Amino acid sequence: MEHLHLVDWSRAQFALTVMYHWIFVPLTLGLSFIMAIMETIYVKTGNEWWKKTTQFWMTLFAINFAIGLATGIIMEFEFGTNWSNYSWIVGDIFGAPLAIEGLMAFFMESTFFAVMFFGWNKVSKKAHLFSTWLVAIGSNLSALWILVANGWMQHPVGMTFNPNTSRFAMTDFWQLVFNPNAYSKFLHTITSGYVYAALFVIAVSSWYLLRGREIQFAKRSIAVAASFGLVASMYLIFLGDASAHADAIDQPMKLAAMEGIYNGQAKEGIVAFGILNNNKKIGNTTTPTFDFKIKVPYLLSMLAYHKEDSFVAGINNLVYGDKAHNIMSVKDKMAKGNLAIAALKEYTAAKDAHDQTAMKTSLMQFRKYSKYMGYGYFTNPKQAVPNVPLVFYSFHIMVGLGIFFFFLFLGMLYISMTSITKLETKRWLLQLGIIGFPLGLIAQWTGWITAESGRQPWAIQGLLPVFKATSNMPISNVEITFWLFVAIFTGLIIAEIKIMLKQIQIGPEVH
Amino acid sequence: MLNKIFLFYKDGFLSMRLGKKLWLIVFIKVFIILVVLRIFFFPNILDTKFTTTQQKSAYVLNNLTNTK
Repeated sequence: MEHLHLVDWSRAQFALTVMYHWIFVPLTLGLSFIMAIMETIYVKTGNEWWKKTTQFWMTLFAINFAIGLATGIIMEFEFGTNWSNYSWIVGDIFGAPLAIEGLMAFFMESTFFAVMFFGWNKVSKKAHLFSTWLVAIGSNLSALWILVANGWMQHPVGMTFNPNTSRFAMTDFWQLVFNPNAYSKFLHTITSGYVYAALFVIAVSSWYLLRGREIQFAKRSIAVAASFGLVASMYLIFLGDASAHADAIDQPMKLAAMEGIYNGQAKEGIVAFGILNNNKKIGNTTTPTFDFKIKVPYLLSMLAYHKEDSFVAGINNLVYGDKAHNIMSVKDKMAKGNLAIAALKEYTAAKDAHDQTAMKTSLMQFRKYSKYMGYGYFTNPKQAVPNVPLVFYSFHIMVGLGIFFFFLFLGMLYISMTSITKLETKRWLLQLGIIGFPLGLIAQWTGWITAESGRQPWAIQGLLPVFKATSNMPISNVEITFWLFVAIFTGLIIAEIKIMLKQIQIGPEVH
Repeated sequence: MLNKIFLFYKDGFLSMRLGKKLWLIVFIKVFIILVVLRIFFFPNILDTKFTTTQQKSAYVLNNLTNTK
């Protein structure tokens, strides 16, 4: 691993932290709503069975929440230590949304969590239900602010770079909040969390049914989770259109990598299944991209630009430019980026010399080319291209699993609703139900790999590449903390699994 | 009113079964994260090198304008 650079270790550590953190978060987001739905049925029907069912899932929710709590704070530490340039530059942009997230989480957790866990038989049924819904809504809104920050990195808006502070200054808070990239990301992320939580409920319930335990409880839980998961899955398919459109406009290189497109064309299709040709290189127009592929014609043009004959740019078009489609080459962007950086340097020198005229001139020059600033750090146009196999396969695994989950929910719901007494005899379906949960985690992770590796090399799209965002520090520091995290997080996961399994073994009857 | 809220929380914490184990895990974990990791492994690099915002800003700008 000696060939790895500081930026690679810093990225690996951040990815490790996020992947562990993201085991817990989507379960919190989705399970909170499943609990709220179950408790609503209890309040509406007065059936104590639903109260017991709600309380059981609430216990598993509490275990997940407690183990996952504060694992996200580590990312903030990493910003200050490993990514100090980036952290300084974005401080004014991220301050507001992250402060709102912190305050919202604190007040919600200290108030409504307490009522939800301690309030059974102490507050009215409706007041308790209200708290459970607020926990669900509040948890999801917390995620909004984090994803507003992430959406800004994917598509930076509502800001200008201030050379006097070396920071991006927010010029329009609402542009930041209503950034279309942030919204499509937020909706996609929380909805995938609903699917993941529904898979969790189905997996635990399927385990009970396979052992002939808690039959009524498990069937009711599966009916709620499969309905919830099915609606969420359908919405995810609908959201895929919005995500493809946002990527086509703001991050065409990511879209090209996701679909393995090197040479763009009109009436572009979607690769439903494909094996990439390892010999394919950037700039090579004759070597086939795939060893094998199954393609659905026209679909990508439709999704990306809502017209079947639209041109979808490929990696080669984006790297080398395409005048016919008004695409500037990376080389030209690098030249403009160099002008922006040179102007910034001149501004600093003029400021030190108290030369107001030179300051004004250089600032104007900087503003003219600042949107290409990040390209000025490249030494080779190919640096603009992410790891295509990683992005392509991650994306296709995520989509494939998403389609599998849709049919799993459909199958579970159909059998639950039409022959409810026979669900426990469909062992193959129940076994699929158990397998579905770890596959859900893989779908979560591959989704994030697609989103984050797909936008490489950028920390902030077009403005700051990751290798300029890191701190100047010894690699060994990051290596040590990387392995330290592996140990800590593995310990936490073992604790979660042990406590969770013990509680599942005990079952819902004791509540 | 305040007394009622206090008793609500007190009763809730005292009647916890699994919750006590979870709180223990939370405290140990938060201690490791906020005290051990934060202090010994994750200093804010700019804070350790500089004291004023001007110094930090100049350092970052120098990094941004240095393309070598």
